[in-house]
Amino acid sequence: MGSTVKTLEIHPDRCTGCIQCELACSWVQTGTFQPSQSLIRVHIFDEQSSYSPYTCFQCEEAWCLQVCPVNAIGVDPDTQAKIVIEDTCVGCKLCVIACPFGTVFLNPTTKKAVKCDLCGGDPACARACPTNAIEVAEANGSDWLGPWGDKVDANYARSLEGS
Amino acid sequence: MAYGWSGKVLRVDLSTGTIKKEDINEEWARQYVGGRGLGARYLHDDMDPTVEPLSPENELIFATGPMTGTNASCGARYMVITKSPLSGTITTSNSGGHWGPELKFAGYDMVILNGKSPKPVYLWIYDDDVQLVDASHLWGKGVWETEDTIREETAVPDAVVASIGPAGENMVRFAAIMNDKHRAAGRNGVGAVMGSKNLKAIGVRGTGAVKVANGDAMMSSTFAAKKKLAASPVTGEGLRVYGTPVLVNVINQHGGLPTNNHQYGEFAEAEGISGETMTDTRLTGPKACFACTIACGRVTHLPGDAADKYMVTTTPRNWKVSGEGPEYEAAWAMGSDCGIGDLDALIKANWVCNDLGIDPISYGGTLAAAMELYEKEVINEEETGMPLNFGSGEALVAMAEKTCLREGFGNELAEGAKRMTEKYGHPDLFIGVKGQEVAAYDARAFQGIGLGYATSNRGACHLKAYTIAAEVFGIPQQADPTATEGKAELTKIFQDVTSAVDASGLCLFLTFGIGLDDIQPELNAATGLDYSMEELLEVGERIYNLERVWNVKAGVPGTMDTLPKRLLNEAIPAGPAKGRVNRLSEMLPQYYEARGWTQDGEPTEEKLVQLGIL
Repeated sequence: MGSTVKTLEIHPDRCTGCIQCELACSWVQTGTFQPSQSLIRVHIFDEQSSYSPYTCFQCEEAWCLQVCPVNAIGVDPDTQAKIVIEDTCVGCKLCVIACPFGTVFLNPTTKKAVKCDLCGGDPACARACPTNAIEVAEANGSDWLGPWGDKVDANYARSLEGS
Repeated sequence: MAYGWSGKVLRVDLSTGTIKKEDINEEWARQYVGGRGLGARYLHDDMDPTVEPLSPENELIFATGPMTGTNASCGARYMVITKSPLSGTITTSNSGGHWGPELKFAGYDMVILNGKSPKPVYLWIYDDDVQLVDASHLWGKGVWETEDTIREETAVPDAVVASIGPAGENMVRFAAIMNDKHRAAGRNGVGAVMGSKNLKAIGVRGTGAVKVANGDAMMSSTFAAKKKLAASPVTGEGLRVYGTPVLVNVINQHGGLPTNNHQYGEFAEAEGISGETMTDTRLTGPKACFACTIACGRVTHLPGDAADKYMVTTTPRNWKVSGEGPEYEAAWAMGSDCGIGDLDALIKANWVCNDLGIDPISYGGTLAAAMELYEKEVINEEETGMPLNFGSGEALVAMAEKTCLREGFGNELAEGAKRMTEKYGHPDLFIGVKGQEVAAYDARAFQGIGLGYATSNRGACHLKAYTIAAEVFGIPQQADPTATEGKAELTKIFQDVTSAVDASGLCLFLTFGIGLDDIQPELNAATGLDYSMEELLEVGERIYNLERVWNVKAGVPGTMDTLPKRLLNEAIPAGPAKGRVNRLSEMLPQYYEARGWTQDGEPTEEKLVQLGIL
């Protein structure tokens, strides 16, 4: 691993909380508008003017992939996205539990795992976002979160100084 | 009705606690689309228009449209339809946020409430599970705490709540229904009707879907519309960066920013309460409603000393930190109309309005009238409890709270400007129509908006015919604000288009960037129906006529289509609009002619038959 991969670069400071991304994702999943089935979720923090779209960022370690007992999570050769192979999935939910970020779900209808697959390289959420808060980026390693990652790192460093 | 509409209506009898689910009336849905139109049709057929607005017999309808909950930009709206305790007319008060879409996801187009609960309750909707829950512990609480409490006690953090604050409970005649803490079905006292029914809130969580008929057409039409909205200087940039208060300076420069209860048309301190100043000093960031690509919402904060400057007694934990607004209308009504140029007072007062649940436009208009009564020495400090001079931020914030709680002089303000000025023998100081206070555009500086105020079906209102778009911004074409020629036709077309947009479930602000011809393909793709442009305009006209004929039956005849004497007879004393009055009498007969109504402002039977109302 370690090669350049596609990922979604999220810019919470640009997000207005309109959830167009959730509508676009649910459209891909279900052919309807159903935010409860979206694989990207926007957290709206009341009165902070702070909104964070949140989905799988195709992490390198991919615990979902490693934990799967039947090898039902594979890697898309074009995008390096971790994708669920539905025919192989037995619905055991281990990946749902293993993901530290809570971005793997169980589809209540099919009883199979479901997660962001980057729409094969042209993510619908990014296309629907009116403020470019979600962008498709080529990235590798720890810079996947973009400038937001730097901010998190800085906050973490500050918290260590304070302790 | 499987596409666009969810096809189900929830009927709740609060007196007996019965909850029924029924199919939507498909014929009406085609004729009236949804929201403002469909709700009005149900009210028209369900209820005797002469009932007392605050009696159990008044019906309270929450209605979404077929576009609500879709990916069409601004498909966020729901409409509250009932009989207004402020104007006695049919009222159609709408709100954004996430409540309307959530109701659709739960599987309902409308909620229709009747009767009066014997004790305070809230309605809880989680998909198919619908129940009335005791709300004794929420009675007296503000909107923000009510929302948080319902989410906590149901353990459903994603629930969206529409509720009333103490103002609605106390039946303040301009109480609002609030959702998402700061979004309001604000005008015309719909919150008072909810309070009269002992209904504190409606909490909704929906996990279902909104289905559309033609997916490809839906995607192409909504993306095309979003592209246009992004390219427009108003919807693509102006509203997101500065919000609606960007209008303060613009309208002031036209000499049409009503000041000190419409005594003047210019406000010397306008810059201090403008969108530009707010953006520079008090804006945390913009906030969008559901599916909105404009994001005009203003999240504001008050730093340090500014937060402590105006204190109120009911202080929730976060009033010192952050809230939302004011929007332009609130910044005007509580600002220049009360002579107040301190933005911090407006922000704090706006938060009080949002949390305790009143309409800041009517509140500002009523306080402005009280301030004029005070300065003319008709009322004194003994009666008001504090000095009510124009320009007093202290009075603005303190009286907002007292009005909601009906404490002291607040109990007089809570009746609205019409009833209050009548009580003190100066009805001419009420600047409004049919009991409702006017909005933020001086009808002497902009002739068209005067005709809109006069002929609005819910009392003075800028949202039913926003001719300012043409008279100031040249959308869709420039119209001379000082001329009366052509304003009859302009007002009619604005009223009809607005009615159609209000019925669709989309937000009116779209129309700054796109037209009905952009909305038509979205609506057809979603519903699978084949509305032509002519049919959509007829939908709008049908709604406007239905509201009008309902009002006539309710005892608000067309002869009440007029303006207060100040706007008709007292010229603006200074500034760019100096010397002007509103020349309503030049426009009204033409307007009635364009409408095909009698010269008394009433639809003819022929017209009603032609529109399929009778």
